[in-house]
Amino acid sequence: MAGMDGGSGGAVAPPSLPGAQLLKQGAEARVYRGRFLGKSTIVKERFPKRYRHPVLDEKLTKRRTAQEVRSILRCRKAGISAPVVYFVDYTTNCIFLEEITDSITIREHITSTQASGRSTETLYGLADRIGQILAKMHDEDVVHGDLTTSNMLLVGEEDGKPGKLVLIDFGLSYISALPEDKGVDMYVLEKAFLSTHPNTEALFQRLLKSYIAASKKAPAVIKKLDEVRLRGRKRSMVG
Amino acid sequence: MTIVIGFEGSANKIGIGIVKDGEVLSNPRRTYITPPGQGFLPSETARHHRGAILTVLREALDEARLKPSDIDCVAYTKGPGMGAPLVTVALVARTVAQLWGKPLVGVNHCIGHIEMGRLITGANNPTVLYVSGGNTQVIAYSERRYRIFGETIDIAVGNCLDRFARVIKISNDPSPGYNIEQMAKKGKQYVELPYTVKGMDVSFSGILSFIEEAAHKMLSSGQCTAEDLCFSLQETLFSMLVEITERAMASLWLSGGPDCNLRLQEMMGVMCEERGARLFATDERFCIDNGAMIAQAGWEMFRVGQITELPDSWITQRYRTTWR
Ligand SMILES: Nc1ncnc2c1ncn2[C@@H]1O[C@H](COP(=O)(O)OP(=O)(O)O)[C@@H](O)[C@H]1O
Ligand SMILES: [Mg+2]
Repeated sequence: MAGMDGGSGGAVAPPSLPGAQLLKQGAEARVYRGRFLGKSTIVKERFPKRYRHPVLDEKLTKRRTAQEVRSILRCRKAGISAPVVYFVDYTTNCIFLEEITDSITIREHITSTQASGRSTETLYGLADRIGQILAKMHDEDVVHGDLTTSNMLLVGEEDGKPGKLVLIDFGLSYISALPEDKGVDMYVLEKAFLSTHPNTEALFQRLLKSYIAASKKAPAVIKKLDEVRLRGRKRSMVG
Repeated sequence: MTIVIGFEGSANKIGIGIVKDGEVLSNPRRTYITPPGQGFLPSETARHHRGAILTVLREALDEARLKPSDIDCVAYTKGPGMGAPLVTVALVARTVAQLWGKPLVGVNHCIGHIEMGRLITGANNPTVLYVSGGNTQVIAYSERRYRIFGETIDIAVGNCLDRFARVIKISNDPSPGYNIEQMAKKGKQYVELPYTVKGMDVSFSGILSFIEEAAHKMLSSGQCTAEDLCFSLQETLFSMLVEITERAMASLWLSGGPDCNLRLQEMMGVMCEERGARLFATDERFCIDNGAMIAQAGWEMFRVGQITELPDSWITQRYRTTWR
């Protein structure tokens, strides 16, 4: 099933959802849109990576599928927005998720705001809400593992009216209470954020500030974030 | 026509290469090899380089059939690397530049590898997986400069391999990585090891502490062989590297990358084929530290007037990969 159409982006539906349309092909998963039991549904199908040893590949695919579902459920229980999980098929490694309709990624939102020439200050409210939702997620000991502005969806944001934030793509997530793990989570976001969106240092600082204000555990996390940043700059890099 | 001589000595190799407009005229090199179970120390490495550098310089000029007056520019590694060897080599480069009356260019070692990779593969704006003793980075050329997309958040992959070799006493001759690769070919059983990808970054310290903790027990109980461990370590480390390279490419749609280990190249090849990308791998003569790569990067910089004045011709052990 997988591997045959890799990269070509053909209209191949996942076996368990006839008629579905391929939406995106990422590094390890194909994302389809279709209808499942009458509902608008996103199917995320993890396909085998042929470069990996088959035993390792199988383990990673299973683990990531399970982690994705587990962390979504944990977030939802804590009142953090994430798509509803409709169904999981562990034989084809497919997750059936609620489609967040009329959403755009935060990445698209920031990019279009910048392209339209509006000041990034108009995004400060959004940065505040991202900081808050991440603080809440970390307080539940969910470490996302792949925080980027593409892995956050925004619904119904209009001038003056704040939209709803939804977190997605939990495949690399895991449960940990360690400030180090949460610090690295924020480090990954910082790098992705600043490299995807030029000239947003102040915006990201705003996000961090709101993260700190929203969580009692934040100081320990920020301390680790500082350490990880410093490690990058100090690594000896011999050879 | 521009001829540049490049001096490299940031780690355990001393190399001097001469490049003339994209053609490598000579590229001799010496390697400081330490006994099994030992890494190389800065002062001893510097002593090795001091002893060899003038002979290597003579060879570079003779092989290229050039006189010092034919040279247009002297390039040297400014960093990153080990302090003492860097200082030794920079001192010689500075001296010959003054003796010969030629301009100096200080080169970032990582950029040297990338420019050499671009030269011999013809790749234009590649995504590069750059792996060496001290570096593990996915670098891509974007918005008119080199930028690091993914990297290790703790130790470098080469460092992980070297330390693994020390744990199970694998020889350093010709290099731990080479011997691990040969042993891995005989490995049969895949042993699960920690696998840590975070965004576009990787972490290797967990694997190392797992191995340090468990290797001897697994070997003495007969649960697996040293060859199995080499095999499993390679499969795990390289899968992580290919994965973050692919993640960078998925956000960029470009391709490329220099490294020597054949299994890593094979895995990259499979990944690129599936993405419809092209893999360029550089061969051993150029992906091991050498002088020509410094000459080549120096040649690019000299052409756009990036000269290093004498007072600025210092070295630095840490040097982030950016070239604006
Ligand atoms: N539940 C969803 N509703 C709407 N769009 C989604 C949903 N899940 C994913 N997407 C879209 O598909 C893209 C890729 O999904 P994601 O889970 O992030 O996979 P990947 O691991 O390939 O990044 C997202 O950036 C988003 O645009
Ligand atoms: Mg994603």
